[in-house]
Amino acid sequence: MTDRYVLAIDQGTTSTRCILFDRRATVVAVAQGEHPQSYPKPGWVEHDAARIWRDVQRLIKRALREAGIGSSQVAAIGIANQRETVVVWDKATGTPVAPAIVWQDTRTSSLVERLDGDLIRSRTGLPAATYFSATKVQWLLDNGLRARAERGELLFGTMDSWLIWNLTGGLHITDVTNASRTMLMDLTTLEWDDELLGLFDIPRAMLPEIRSSAEVYGTALDGVPIAAAIGDQQAALFGQTCFSPGEAKCTYGTGGFLLLNTGTAPVRSSHGLITTVGYRIGSGEVAYALEGSIAIAGSLVQWVRDGLGLITTASEIETLAATVDDNGGCYIVPAFSGLFAPYWKSEARGVIVGLTSYINKGHIARAVLEATGWQTRDVVEAMNADSGLTLTALNVDGGMTADNLLMQTIANFLQVPVVRPMVAETVSLGAAYAAGLAVGYWSDLRDLRNNRHRAGRWLPAMDEQRRASEYANWKRAVESAVVFSS
Amino acid sequence: MSHVPGLIQSIERSSAVLRLLAAGPGRLRVKEVADALALPKSTAHSILRTLEHVGFVEQDPNTARYRLGRGLLDLGADGQDGLIDLNELRGRALNWADALAARSGEEVRIGALRDDRVVVVHHVFRPDDSAQSLDTGRLLPTHATALGQVLLAYNAPAVEAAVRSGLEAYTRGTLTAPAALARSLSATRERGWALSVEEWEAGRAGLAAPVRSFGGLVVGAIGISGPVERLCDTRRQARPAQVEHVLTTARAISRDLAAS
Repeated sequence: MTDRYVLAIDQGTTSTRCILFDRRATVVAVAQGEHPQSYPKPGWVEHDAARIWRDVQRLIKRALREAGIGSSQVAAIGIANQRETVVVWDKATGTPVAPAIVWQDTRTSSLVERLDGDLIRSRTGLPAATYFSATKVQWLLDNGLRARAERGELLFGTMDSWLIWNLTGGLHITDVTNASRTMLMDLTTLEWDDELLGLFDIPRAMLPEIRSSAEVYGTALDGVPIAAAIGDQQAALFGQTCFSPGEAKCTYGTGGFLLLNTGTAPVRSSHGLITTVGYRIGSGEVAYALEGSIAIAGSLVQWVRDGLGLITTASEIETLAATVDDNGGCYIVPAFSGLFAPYWKSEARGVIVGLTSYINKGHIARAVLEATGWQTRDVVEAMNADSGLTLTALNVDGGMTADNLLMQTIANFLQVPVVRPMVAETVSLGAAYAAGLAVGYWSDLRDLRNNRHRAGRWLPAMDEQRRASEYANWKRAVESAVVFSS
Repeated sequence: MSHVPGLIQSIERSSAVLRLLAAGPGRLRVKEVADALALPKSTAHSILRTLEHVGFVEQDPNTARYRLGRGLLDLGADGQDGLIDLNELRGRALNWADALAARSGEEVRIGALRDDRVVVVHHVFRPDDSAQSLDTGRLLPTHATALGQVLLAYNAPAVEAAVRSGLEAYTRGTLTAPAALARSLSATRERGWALSVEEWEAGRAGLAAPVRSFGGLVVGAIGISGPVERLCDTRRQARPAQVEHVLTTARAISRDLAAS
């Protein structure tokens, strides 16, 4: 019998990756291509959706060729995607009618200011923000597309919908995790909300049908089932096999995304965290999640490299930090564009505090790494308080997991083990897992969990008293960032 | 342009470029270098780009002018510290090392020389979820481990240092005679990988290969370790499949390092 594989498409913000996994969840082939970011005006960020679809087709072929297999050996395709990004296309021709508006785009800030934040939050679990899809669609309609949309000629979708529509030759669907990021879905009924659609003046006919994250939606490539779609951060949660309430993952890149599985009922946050759908397998129960982001993590290291010139590569931050034993009393709060959850002070500005003539660049480097550790602790404390769950371990992925000192620091600050999984490609793996489950390639969640192996684990090793006093110092540093608001 | 037969012209020219940059206040344009040495601009550009690749010159991103690079200063640094930042090495090797652990089924370590010992730069657990603890930062003996033997095999002064400090016996199999160690290192060089069986701990074996940077410089070693019967056949020879896993990984990391 010929071996069969699952193909994951990870359509991300800067690149698209196609990865083939085997039954043991080992990476068999990887094909990756970057796509251009377009910044036509300050605050605007756009993608060419047609180009992204061409990339996907090319990368699928390349991944199959690299593995030396034909499409008949692909058991299923799963999609993980950049969330919230808006594509609007012509229903008849399949051509995008405007550039895709990327999640980072802030052109709709004036539309967001007029929103009733309490209504949005209670209905969707989201804070009213430019980040999510609704105002982006509204903006496109307000800027020349309304008549065509009302005639039913246009379709809206996030990247998952756009790719499924193209792969299947015309199915217009999205998954519940992606829908939960549009600011248009009722978080409890999991349906489009008519009141919100009215508020944003978006015709229901242009919206995709909301389906689960793992079921056979249709077929592509001469009969291969497309069996999963899931937002990228949720995919990482699933790929990290965080299937039980209280299990969490954090992806450390330029920023950090921490998602906590909170079980089958949505947890409303009183600390400004996002309530979102974690995943839904077929007709099973929905797993909800709390999401908190760390605005500045790897980008602080990049600033030390490019802005201060203290290091030449990002990895050297650890080498520099290891030249000293502690922070020497120095703390850095990287509130470059304000403080996010749980503080929500957009006027706050970054500070470096505790400077004495004793402080050298090693202490600064240590304070840089510790800033990511304390920001993680802030988000975890807010999640514990909101959910009533207590985090028992943190599963990590992303580029910064190469930093051994940072991982140890996070374990120390959280007082829980920090675990790095063997398969670093957690986003793609999550999409593959969901698709594989839907077609019976893997039998159940336990089967998936058996594939999970620890590549490394950092245990907390910090004196409790020191941990408490250091955290108090961090809190004081945060206060000074607020005092220094712009 | 005079050139002595038997000597390598491009190295002479590269040396001249370095002396030129060292002589003045530095910071020269490609054309200024070409004019000064009477070289075609394309040749000067290739030489400067190569020297930049190995870290001996740097180009100011704003002015596009070249100056002497940090790599030259590192030449004076002690030991191997100047070759590569060890945290950078871990970052570059991370995904490859994970894949090696998954394929071989064994724990993986990356090591580099530090103070006549092997410092563990990176450690990936054996993929069986048994209780294991991270070894990163730990120091291992050079002569008694496969990682250390690879690092010694391509570094004659380090061998002398190891012999000088005495080849401590950890098991009955540890190579304690300098001549035996030399023979073993010579075999390692010929094969391109090292195998140590019960030389450090009873019942355990290690298999390692060199990680190279540009020009073939060995900057570290990557290897697997585990029970003898899993790494070796009944005649205590390395299992070919495991050797292949280690070699493929070491080459992949080396390709990545040399290309950057």
